[in-house]
Amino acid sequence: MIQLIDLHKRFGTGRWVTDGLNLEIPDGKMTAIIGRSGEGKSVLLKQMIGLIPPTSGAINVDGVDLITAPSAQKEKILQQFGYVFQFAALLDSLNILRNIGITLFEQGKSEEEVLPIVKEKLRLVNLSDDILDKNPSELSGGMRKRVGLARTLISQPKIILYDEPTTGLDPITTRIIHELMFDMQKKFNMTSVVISHDVEIFKYADRVALLHQGKIRYCGDAKTVWESDNPYLYQFIRGLPEGPMDAETAKH
Amino acid sequence: MITWLAGSLGHTLLGLCSTMGGFALFFRDFMYALFTTRLQITKLFSQMEQVGIGSLVIVALTGTFTGAVLALQSYIGFKRYGGTELIGPLIALSMTRELGPVITGLMVTGRAGSAMAAELGTMRITEQIDALVTLNINPLQYLVIPRILASTVIMPFLTVFSMACGIIGGYIVCIYSLGLNSQQYMEGIRKYLEFSDITSGLIKSAFFGLIISWVGCYKGYVASGGARGVGLSTTQSVVMGSILMLLANYFLTSLLF
Repeated sequence: MIQLIDLHKRFGTGRWVTDGLNLEIPDGKMTAIIGRSGEGKSVLLKQMIGLIPPTSGAINVDGVDLITAPSAQKEKILQQFGYVFQFAALLDSLNILRNIGITLFEQGKSEEEVLPIVKEKLRLVNLSDDILDKNPSELSGGMRKRVGLARTLISQPKIILYDEPTTGLDPITTRIIHELMFDMQKKFNMTSVVISHDVEIFKYADRVALLHQGKIRYCGDAKTVWESDNPYLYQFIRGLPEGPMDAETAKH
Repeated sequence: MITWLAGSLGHTLLGLCSTMGGFALFFRDFMYALFTTRLQITKLFSQMEQVGIGSLVIVALTGTFTGAVLALQSYIGFKRYGGTELIGPLIALSMTRELGPVITGLMVTGRAGSAMAAELGTMRITEQIDALVTLNINPLQYLVIPRILASTVIMPFLTVFSMACGIIGGYIVCIYSLGLNSQQYMEGIRKYLEFSDITSGLIKSAFFGLIISWVGCYKGYVASGGARGVGLSTTQSVVMGSILMLLANYFLTSLLF
Protein backbone atom coordinates (compact mmCIF):
# COMPACT_ATOMS: atom_id res chain seq x y z
CA MET A 1 0.00 0.00 0.00
CA ILE A 2 1.12 3.53 -0.72
CA GLN A 3 0.26 6.15 1.90
CA LEU A 4 0.72 9.84 1.32
CA ILE A 5 0.68 11.53 4.72
CA ASP A 6 0.40 15.27 5.28
CA LEU A 7 2.27 15.90 2.05
CA HIS A 8 3.31 19.50 1.43
CA LYS A 9 5.05 20.83 -1.62
CA ARG A 10 5.78 24.27 -2.92
CA PHE A 11 8.37 25.68 -5.29
CA GLY A 12 10.33 28.53 -3.71
CA THR A 13 7.93 30.87 -1.99
CA GLY A 14 5.03 30.13 -4.34
CA ARG A 15 1.65 28.64 -3.45
CA TRP A 16 1.37 25.18 -1.89
CA VAL A 17 0.94 22.71 -4.73
CA THR A 18 0.16 19.94 -2.25
CA ASP A 19 -1.06 21.34 1.02
CA GLY A 20 -1.31 18.68 3.72
CA LEU A 21 -2.44 16.02 1.28
CA ASN A 22 -3.44 12.58 2.63
CA LEU A 23 -4.22 9.60 0.42
CA GLU A 24 -4.10 5.82 0.63
CA ILE A 25 -3.54 3.83 -2.56
CA PRO A 26 -4.45 0.15 -2.11
CA ASP A 27 -2.41 -2.68 -3.64
CA GLY A 28 -3.58 -4.33 -6.85
CA LYS A 29 -6.15 -1.65 -7.63
CA MET A 30 -6.36 1.16 -10.13
CA THR A 31 -6.68 4.55 -8.47
CA ALA A 32 -7.54 7.51 -10.66
CA ILE A 33 -6.52 10.97 -9.47
CA ILE A 34 -8.62 13.62 -11.13
CA GLY A 35 -8.65 17.39 -10.88
CA ARG A 36 -8.57 20.60 -12.83
CA SER A 37 -5.60 21.65 -14.94
CA GLY A 38 -2.79 23.19 -12.90
CA GLU A 39 -3.86 21.56 -9.63
CA GLY A 40 -0.51 19.74 -9.30
CA LYS A 41 -1.55 16.21 -10.20
CA SER A 42 1.66 15.54 -12.16
CA VAL A 43 3.72 17.11 -9.34
CA LEU A 44 2.01 14.71 -6.92
CA LEU A 45 2.87 11.73 -9.12
CA LYS A 46 6.48 12.90 -9.48
CA GLN A 47 6.78 13.21 -5.70
CA MET A 48 5.65 9.59 -5.38
CA ILE A 49 8.47 8.36 -7.64
CA GLY A 50 11.13 10.67 -6.21
CA LEU A 51 11.53 12.95 -9.23
CA ILE A 52 10.43 15.94 -7.12
CA PRO A 53 11.18 15.99 -3.38
CA PRO A 54 8.26 17.04 -1.15
CA THR A 55 8.73 20.02 1.16
CA SER A 56 7.41 17.96 4.09
CA GLY A 57 5.27 14.93 4.84
CA ALA A 58 5.70 11.22 4.28
CA ILE A 59 5.36 8.82 1.36
CA ASN A 60 5.05 5.30 2.77
CA VAL A 61 5.39 2.31 0.48
CA ASP A 62 4.65 -0.92 2.34
CA GLY A 63 5.43 0.88 5.60
CA VAL A 64 8.76 2.42 4.52
CA ASP A 65 8.94 6.20 4.27
CA LEU A 66 10.66 7.02 0.97
CA ILE A 67 11.73 10.44 2.23
CA THR A 68 13.65 9.27 5.28
CA ALA A 69 14.70 5.81 4.04
CA PRO A 70 18.42 5.19 3.38
CA SER A 71 19.22 5.70 -0.30
CA ALA A 72 19.90 1.99 -0.96
CA GLN A 73 16.51 1.01 0.50
CA LYS A 74 14.79 3.85 -1.34
CA GLU A 75 16.41 2.78 -4.61
CA LYS A 76 15.23 -0.80 -4.08
CA ILE A 77 11.64 0.33 -3.45
CA LEU A 78 11.66 2.68 -6.45
CA GLN A 79 12.71 -0.23 -8.65
CA GLN A 80 9.17 -1.57 -8.11
CA PHE A 81 7.75 1.55 -9.76
CA GLY A 82 7.12 2.21 -13.43
CA TYR A 83 6.17 5.60 -14.87
CA VAL A 84 4.35 6.32 -18.12
CA PHE A 85 4.89 9.93 -19.13
CA GLN A 86 2.26 12.26 -20.56
CA PHE A 87 4.02 12.49 -23.93
CA ALA A 88 5.79 9.12 -23.59
CA ALA A 89 9.27 10.75 -23.17
CA LEU A 90 10.91 8.35 -25.63
CA LEU A 91 14.56 9.04 -26.33
CA ASP A 92 14.76 10.78 -29.74
CA SER A 93 18.22 9.45 -30.51
CA LEU A 94 17.25 5.77 -30.18
CA ASN A 95 15.06 3.56 -32.32
CA ILE A 96 12.05 1.77 -30.82
CA LEU A 97 13.98 -1.42 -30.05
CA ARG A 98 16.63 0.56 -28.14
CA ASN A 99 13.96 2.67 -26.41
CA ILE A 100 11.95 -0.28 -25.12
CA GLY A 101 14.97 -2.38 -24.25
CA ILE A 102 17.07 0.46 -22.82
CA THR A 103 17.23 -0.94 -19.27
CA LEU A 104 18.30 -4.36 -20.57
CA PHE A 105 20.91 -2.87 -22.91
CA GLU A 106 22.23 -0.81 -20.01
CA GLN A 107 22.57 -4.02 -17.98
CA GLY A 108 24.92 -5.23 -20.71
CA LYS A 109 22.53 -7.64 -22.48
CA SER A 110 23.05 -8.26 -26.19
CA GLU A 111 20.53 -7.50 -28.92
CA GLU A 112 19.86 -11.25 -29.35
CA GLU A 113 18.85 -11.47 -25.70
CA VAL A 114 16.80 -8.26 -25.67
CA LEU A 115 14.89 -8.69 -28.95
CA PRO A 116 12.49 -11.49 -27.88
CA ILE A 117 11.65 -9.66 -24.62
CA VAL A 118 10.94 -6.44 -26.50
CA LYS A 119 8.76 -8.28 -29.03
CA GLU A 120 6.78 -9.85 -26.20
CA LYS A 121 6.16 -6.44 -24.61
CA LEU A 122 5.15 -5.00 -27.98
CA ARG A 123 2.55 -7.75 -28.34
CA LEU A 124 1.22 -6.89 -24.88
CA VAL A 125 0.54 -3.32 -25.98
CA ASN A 126 -0.90 -4.44 -29.33
CA LEU A 127 1.91 -3.18 -31.55
CA SER A 128 3.63 -5.11 -34.32
CA ASP A 129 7.36 -5.83 -34.64
CA ASP A 130 7.78 -3.78 -37.80
CA ILE A 131 8.15 -0.54 -35.83
CA LEU A 132 11.31 -1.75 -34.06
CA ASP A 133 13.69 0.02 -36.46
CA LYS A 134 11.69 3.25 -36.55
CA ASN A 135 12.46 6.40 -34.60
CA PRO A 136 9.94 7.84 -32.09
CA SER A 137 9.24 10.80 -34.41
CA GLU A 138 7.87 8.38 -37.03
CA LEU A 139 5.10 7.10 -34.72
CA SER A 140 1.67 8.56 -33.95
CA GLY A 141 0.88 9.93 -30.47
CA GLY A 142 -1.08 6.81 -29.50
CA MET A 143 1.68 4.48 -30.68
CA ARG A 144 4.31 6.48 -28.79
CA LYS A 145 2.27 6.13 -25.59
CA ARG A 146 1.96 2.38 -26.10
CA VAL A 147 5.72 2.17 -26.71
CA GLY A 148 6.20 4.16 -23.48
CA LEU A 149 4.05 1.60 -21.67
CA ALA A 150 5.99 -1.29 -23.24
CA ARG A 151 9.26 0.31 -22.07
CA THR A 152 7.88 0.57 -18.53
CA LEU A 153 6.70 -3.07 -18.58
CA ILE A 154 10.23 -4.31 -19.35
CA SER A 155 11.24 -3.87 -15.72
CA GLN A 156 8.08 -5.71 -14.55
CA PRO A 157 6.96 -3.03 -12.10
CA LYS A 158 4.58 -3.78 -9.24
CA ILE A 159 3.34 -0.19 -9.18
CA ILE A 160 2.74 1.78 -12.35
CA LEU A 161 2.07 5.51 -12.48
CA TYR A 162 0.38 7.00 -15.54
CA ASP A 163 0.66 10.75 -16.10
CA GLU A 164 -2.35 11.73 -18.24
CA PRO A 165 -1.94 8.78 -20.59
CA THR A 166 -4.76 9.81 -22.93
CA THR A 167 -4.11 13.54 -23.28
CA GLY A 168 -4.36 14.65 -26.88
CA LEU A 169 -5.70 11.35 -28.18
CA ASP A 170 -8.93 10.75 -30.13
CA PRO A 171 -11.79 8.90 -28.36
CA ILE A 172 -11.03 5.57 -30.06
CA THR A 173 -7.32 5.63 -29.18
CA THR A 174 -8.23 6.84 -25.69
CA ARG A 175 -10.43 3.79 -25.23
CA ILE A 176 -7.68 1.49 -26.56
CA ILE A 177 -5.19 2.97 -24.06
CA HIS A 178 -7.66 2.72 -21.17
CA GLU A 179 -8.43 -0.92 -21.98
CA LEU A 180 -4.72 -1.64 -22.26
CA MET A 181 -4.08 -0.13 -18.83
CA PHE A 182 -7.00 -2.12 -17.41
CA ASP A 183 -5.75 -5.38 -18.99
CA MET A 184 -2.20 -4.82 -17.71
CA GLN A 185 -3.46 -4.12 -14.22
CA LYS A 186 -5.64 -7.25 -14.11
CA LYS A 187 -3.09 -9.49 -15.84
CA PHE A 188 -0.14 -8.60 -13.61
CA ASN A 189 -2.14 -7.57 -10.52
CA MET A 190 -0.34 -4.22 -10.53
CA THR A 191 -1.10 -1.22 -8.40
CA SER A 192 -1.93 1.54 -10.86
CA VAL A 193 -2.23 5.26 -10.26
CA VAL A 194 -3.66 7.24 -13.15
CA ILE A 195 -3.73 11.00 -13.48
CA SER A 196 -6.57 11.99 -15.76
CA HIS A 197 -9.03 14.68 -16.74
CA ASP A 198 -11.12 12.15 -18.56
CA VAL A 199 -14.30 10.94 -16.81
CA GLU A 200 -14.14 7.80 -18.98
CA ILE A 201 -11.46 6.54 -16.59
CA PHE A 202 -14.22 5.79 -14.02
CA LYS A 203 -15.19 2.76 -16.15
CA TYR A 204 -11.78 1.20 -15.62
CA ALA A 205 -10.58 2.50 -12.23
CA ASP A 206 -11.40 0.94 -8.85
CA ARG A 207 -11.06 4.14 -6.85
CA VAL A 208 -11.21 7.83 -7.62
CA ALA A 209 -9.53 10.70 -5.76
CA LEU A 210 -10.25 14.34 -6.53
CA LEU A 211 -7.40 16.83 -6.00
CA HIS A 212 -8.25 20.47 -5.48
CA GLN A 213 -6.19 23.30 -3.92
CA GLY A 214 -3.52 20.86 -2.76
CA LYS A 215 -5.87 18.53 -0.89
CA ILE A 216 -7.85 15.39 -1.68
CA ARG A 217 -11.49 16.55 -1.59
CA TYR A 218 -13.02 13.20 -2.40
CA CYS A 219 -11.81 9.61 -2.36
CA GLY A 220 -14.14 6.70 -3.00
CA ASP A 221 -15.29 3.85 -5.17
CA ALA A 222 -15.12 4.63 -8.88
CA LYS A 223 -18.41 2.82 -9.54
CA THR A 224 -20.39 5.22 -7.34
CA VAL A 225 -18.92 8.60 -8.35
CA TRP A 226 -21.97 9.57 -10.38
CA GLU A 227 -24.21 9.04 -7.33
CA SER A 228 -21.94 10.94 -4.96
CA ASP A 229 -23.22 14.20 -3.47
CA ASN A 230 -19.71 15.47 -2.70
CA PRO A 231 -19.97 19.06 -3.97
CA TYR A 232 -16.45 19.13 -5.46
CA LEU A 233 -16.91 15.83 -7.30
CA TYR A 234 -20.41 16.79 -8.39
CA GLN A 235 -19.15 20.01 -9.97
CA PHE A 236 -16.03 18.48 -11.55
CA ILE A 237 -17.50 15.42 -13.25
CA ARG A 238 -20.42 17.37 -14.63
CA GLY A 239 -18.19 20.22 -15.78
CA LEU A 240 -20.23 22.87 -13.98
CA PRO A 241 -18.67 26.35 -14.12
CA GLU A 242 -20.09 27.30 -10.70
CA GLY A 243 -19.58 25.47 -7.43
CA PRO A 244 -17.12 25.15 -4.54
CA MET A 245 -14.12 24.80 -6.87
CA ASP A 246 -14.93 28.02 -8.64
CA ALA A 247 -15.45 29.86 -5.36
CA GLU A 248 -12.20 28.61 -3.81
CA THR A 249 -10.18 29.28 -6.95
CA ALA A 250 -11.48 32.85 -6.99
CA LYS A 251 -10.39 33.27 -3.32
CA HIS A 252 -6.83 32.28 -4.22
CA MET B 1 17.78 55.18 -5.30
CA ILE B 2 20.35 53.73 -2.87
CA THR B 3 17.87 51.06 -1.82
CA TRP B 4 17.20 50.20 -5.46
CA LEU B 5 20.93 50.01 -6.23
CA ALA B 6 21.61 47.85 -3.18
CA GLY B 7 18.67 45.62 -4.08
CA SER B 8 19.84 45.20 -7.68
CA LEU B 9 23.40 44.50 -6.58
CA GLY B 10 22.22 41.98 -4.00
CA HIS B 11 19.96 40.28 -6.52
CA THR B 12 22.79 40.03 -9.06
CA LEU B 13 25.23 38.68 -6.45
CA LEU B 14 22.70 36.12 -5.25
CA GLY B 15 22.09 35.01 -8.85
CA LEU B 16 25.84 34.70 -9.43
CA CYS B 17 26.35 32.70 -6.22
CA SER B 18 23.43 30.46 -7.11
CA THR B 19 24.85 29.77 -10.60
CA MET B 20 28.36 29.13 -9.26
CA GLY B 21 26.91 26.86 -6.56
CA GLY B 22 24.92 25.00 -9.20
CA PHE B 23 28.07 24.53 -11.31
CA ALA B 24 30.02 23.26 -8.32
CA LEU B 25 27.31 20.81 -7.20
CA PHE B 26 26.92 19.52 -10.75
CA PHE B 27 30.67 18.94 -10.95
CA ARG B 28 30.63 17.16 -7.57
CA ASP B 29 27.82 14.87 -8.80
CA PHE B 30 29.73 14.29 -12.04
CA MET B 31 32.91 13.30 -10.15
CA TYR B 32 30.91 11.02 -7.83
CA ALA B 33 29.22 9.31 -10.79
CA LEU B 34 32.55 9.06 -12.62
CA PHE B 35 34.11 7.00 -9.83
CA THR B 36 31.04 4.99 -8.79
CA THR B 37 29.50 3.96 -12.13
CA ARG B 38 30.72 1.90 -15.08
CA LEU B 39 32.26 3.93 -17.89
CA GLN B 40 30.33 3.42 -21.12
CA ILE B 41 33.10 3.06 -23.68
CA THR B 42 30.82 2.94 -26.75
CA LYS B 43 29.14 6.20 -25.80
CA LEU B 44 32.52 7.75 -25.00
CA PHE B 45 33.83 6.95 -28.50
CA SER B 46 30.60 8.10 -30.07
CA GLN B 47 30.93 11.47 -28.31
CA MET B 48 34.63 11.70 -29.22
CA GLU B 49 33.61 11.24 -32.84
CA GLN B 50 30.90 13.91 -32.55
CA VAL B 51 33.14 16.46 -30.83
CA GLY B 52 36.38 15.55 -32.61
CA ILE B 53 35.61 14.48 -36.16
CA GLY B 54 32.68 16.91 -36.32
CA SER B 55 34.94 19.85 -35.44
CA LEU B 56 37.88 18.95 -37.72
CA VAL B 57 36.87 21.14 -40.67
CA ILE B 58 36.18 24.26 -38.64
CA VAL B 59 39.39 23.77 -36.60
CA ALA B 60 41.41 23.29 -39.79
CA LEU B 61 39.96 26.41 -41.38
CA THR B 62 40.41 28.68 -38.36
CA GLY B 63 43.90 27.30 -37.65
CA THR B 64 45.11 27.70 -41.23
CA PHE B 65 43.81 31.22 -41.62
CA THR B 66 45.11 32.31 -38.21
CA GLY B 67 48.60 31.13 -39.21
CA ALA B 68 48.26 32.81 -42.58
CA VAL B 69 47.18 36.15 -41.07
CA LEU B 70 49.94 35.95 -38.46
CA ALA B 71 52.46 35.55 -41.30
CA LEU B 72 51.13 38.60 -43.12
CA GLN B 73 50.94 40.79 -40.01
CA SER B 74 54.35 39.83 -38.64
CA TYR B 75 56.03 40.21 -42.02
CA ILE B 76 55.35 43.97 -42.01
CA GLY B 77 57.07 44.47 -38.66
CA PHE B 78 59.93 42.04 -39.12
CA LYS B 79 60.80 43.36 -42.59
CA ARG B 80 61.43 46.85 -41.14
CA TYR B 81 64.09 45.44 -38.82
CA GLY B 82 65.42 42.78 -41.17
CA GLY B 83 64.24 39.88 -39.02
CA THR B 84 62.01 37.95 -41.44
CA GLU B 85 63.73 34.66 -40.47
CA LEU B 86 61.88 34.96 -37.14
CA ILE B 87 58.41 34.80 -38.73
CA GLY B 88 58.38 30.98 -38.66
CA PRO B 89 59.25 30.73 -34.93
CA LEU B 90 56.76 33.50 -34.13
CA ILE B 91 53.93 31.64 -35.86
CA ALA B 92 54.92 28.31 -34.30
CA LEU B 93 55.21 29.74 -30.78
CA SER B 94 51.95 31.69 -31.09
CA MET B 95 50.06 28.70 -32.41
CA THR B 96 51.40 26.19 -29.89
CA ARG B 97 51.40 28.30 -26.74
CA GLU B 98 48.29 30.42 -27.23
CA LEU B 99 46.32 30.65 -30.45
CA GLY B 100 45.97 26.93 -31.18
CA PRO B 101 44.35 26.06 -27.82
CA VAL B 102 42.27 29.25 -27.56
CA ILE B 103 40.91 29.28 -31.10
CA THR B 104 40.17 25.56 -30.98
CA GLY B 105 38.46 26.07 -27.62
CA LEU B 106 36.29 28.88 -28.94
CA MET B 107 35.34 26.87 -32.02
CA VAL B 108 34.47 23.79 -29.96
CA THR B 109 32.45 25.96 -27.55
CA GLY B 110 30.38 27.30 -30.42
CA ARG B 111 29.98 23.96 -32.12
CA ALA B 112 30.00 21.17 -29.52
CA GLY B 113 29.31 23.04 -26.23
CA SER B 114 26.18 24.61 -27.65
CA ALA B 115 25.07 21.26 -29.13
CA MET B 116 25.43 19.62 -25.70
CA ALA B 117 23.35 22.34 -24.05
CA ALA B 118 20.67 22.17 -26.74
CA GLU B 119 20.47 18.36 -26.76
CA LEU B 120 20.38 17.92 -22.97
CA GLY B 121 18.05 20.93 -22.62
CA THR B 122 15.58 19.40 -25.06
CA MET B 123 15.83 16.08 -23.24
CA ARG B 124 15.15 17.86 -19.95
CA ILE B 125 12.04 19.73 -21.08
CA THR B 126 10.59 16.71 -22.90
CA GLU B 127 11.06 14.63 -19.71
CA GLN B 128 13.56 12.26 -21.37
CA ILE B 129 16.02 12.78 -18.49
CA ASP B 130 13.23 12.10 -15.96
CA ALA B 131 12.38 8.96 -17.95
CA LEU B 132 15.96 7.72 -17.53
CA VAL B 133 15.68 8.25 -13.76
CA THR B 134 12.42 6.29 -13.59
CA LEU B 135 14.09 3.48 -15.55
CA ASN B 136 16.88 3.34 -12.93
CA ILE B 137 19.45 4.68 -15.39
CA ASN B 138 21.80 7.31 -13.98
CA PRO B 139 21.51 10.29 -16.38
CA LEU B 140 24.97 11.51 -15.38
CA GLN B 141 26.47 8.15 -16.32
CA TYR B 142 24.40 7.86 -19.48
CA LEU B 143 24.57 11.43 -20.79
CA VAL B 144 27.09 13.62 -18.98
CA ILE B 145 30.17 11.49 -18.30
CA PRO B 146 30.70 10.43 -21.95
CA ARG B 147 30.37 14.04 -23.11
CA ILE B 148 32.73 15.61 -20.56
CA LEU B 149 35.36 12.86 -20.83
CA ALA B 150 35.19 12.87 -24.63
CA SER B 151 35.70 16.64 -24.82
CA THR B 152 38.57 16.58 -22.32
CA VAL B 153 40.35 13.77 -24.17
CA ILE B 154 39.71 14.95 -27.73
CA MET B 155 40.57 18.66 -27.26
CA PRO B 156 44.37 18.15 -27.19
CA PHE B 157 44.15 16.18 -30.47
CA LEU B 158 42.11 18.94 -32.10
CA THR B 159 44.57 21.49 -30.76
CA VAL B 160 47.58 19.67 -32.23
CA PHE B 161 45.71 19.65 -35.53
CA SER B 162 45.00 23.37 -35.22
CA MET B 163 48.66 24.08 -34.37
CA ALA B 164 49.82 22.11 -37.43
CA CYS B 165 47.28 23.85 -39.68
CA GLY B 166 48.38 27.27 -38.39
CA ILE B 167 52.05 26.52 -39.06
CA ILE B 168 51.19 25.19 -42.54
CA GLY B 169 48.99 28.24 -43.23
CA GLY B 170 51.85 30.51 -42.23
CA TYR B 171 54.25 28.47 -44.39
CA ILE B 172 52.04 28.77 -47.47
CA VAL B 173 51.78 32.56 -47.10
CA CYS B 174 55.49 33.01 -46.27
CA ILE B 175 56.75 30.88 -49.14
CA TYR B 176 54.20 31.39 -51.92
CA SER B 177 52.99 34.91 -51.21
CA LEU B 178 55.83 36.72 -49.44
CA GLY B 179 58.64 34.89 -51.24
CA LEU B 180 60.56 33.87 -48.10
CA ASN B 181 62.92 30.93 -47.90
CA SER B 182 61.30 27.60 -47.08
CA GLN B 183 64.37 26.18 -45.34
CA GLN B 184 64.76 29.32 -43.24
CA TYR B 185 61.11 29.06 -42.11
CA MET B 186 61.45 25.43 -41.01
CA GLU B 187 64.91 25.89 -39.55
CA GLY B 188 63.71 28.81 -37.41
CA ILE B 189 60.88 26.68 -36.01
CA ARG B 190 63.24 23.79 -35.23
CA LYS B 191 65.64 26.16 -33.53
CA TYR B 192 63.24 28.09 -31.31
CA LEU B 193 60.29 25.79 -30.68
CA GLU B 194 60.62 23.61 -27.61
CA PHE B 195 58.66 20.54 -26.64
CA SER B 196 57.36 22.32 -23.52
CA ASP B 197 55.71 24.94 -25.78
CA ILE B 198 53.57 22.20 -27.28
CA THR B 199 52.83 20.41 -23.99
CA SER B 200 51.77 23.62 -22.24
CA GLY B 201 49.30 24.26 -25.08
CA LEU B 202 47.98 20.71 -24.86
CA ILE B 203 47.53 20.87 -21.07
CA LYS B 204 45.56 24.08 -21.49
CA SER B 205 43.41 22.56 -24.21
CA ALA B 206 42.48 19.56 -22.04
CA PHE B 207 41.28 21.99 -19.34
CA PHE B 208 39.38 23.96 -21.98
CA GLY B 209 37.66 20.74 -23.12
CA LEU B 210 36.63 20.05 -19.54
CA ILE B 211 35.28 23.59 -19.02
CA ILE B 212 33.39 23.75 -22.33
CA SER B 213 31.62 20.42 -21.85
CA TRP B 214 30.99 21.01 -18.13
CA VAL B 215 29.25 24.32 -18.90
CA GLY B 216 27.38 22.91 -21.92
CA CYS B 217 26.14 19.85 -20.02
CA TYR B 218 25.21 21.85 -16.91
CA LYS B 219 23.25 24.50 -18.80
CA GLY B 220 21.37 21.81 -20.72
CA TYR B 221 20.81 19.61 -17.67
CA VAL B 222 19.11 22.38 -15.70
CA ALA B 223 17.21 23.92 -18.63
CA SER B 224 13.60 24.88 -18.03
CA GLY B 225 10.90 26.99 -19.65
CA GLY B 226 10.20 25.22 -22.93
CA ALA B 227 11.78 26.04 -26.28
CA ARG B 228 12.74 29.53 -25.12
CA GLY B 229 14.51 28.05 -22.09
CA VAL B 230 16.52 25.69 -24.29
CA GLY B 231 17.51 28.59 -26.56
CA LEU B 232 18.56 30.63 -23.54
CA SER B 233 20.58 27.75 -22.09
CA THR B 234 22.34 27.22 -25.40
CA THR B 235 23.28 30.89 -25.66
CA GLN B 236 24.40 31.00 -22.03
CA SER B 237 26.51 27.88 -22.51
CA VAL B 238 28.45 29.57 -25.33
CA VAL B 239 28.86 32.87 -23.48
CA MET B 240 29.77 31.36 -20.11
CA GLY B 241 31.91 28.65 -21.69
CA SER B 242 33.92 31.22 -23.63
CA ILE B 243 34.35 33.55 -20.64
CA LEU B 244 35.34 30.78 -18.23
CA MET B 245 37.71 29.34 -20.82
CA LEU B 246 39.45 32.71 -21.31
CA LEU B 247 39.68 33.23 -17.54
CA ALA B 248 41.16 29.76 -17.13
CA ASN B 249 43.53 30.54 -20.01
CA TYR B 250 45.05 33.42 -18.04
CA PHE B 251 45.54 31.39 -14.86
CA LEU B 252 46.83 28.30 -16.68
CA THR B 253 49.24 30.43 -18.72
CA SER B 254 50.51 32.02 -15.49
CA LEU B 255 51.06 28.56 -14.02
CA LEU B 256 52.67 27.05 -17.12
CA PHE B 257 54.66 30.15 -18.14
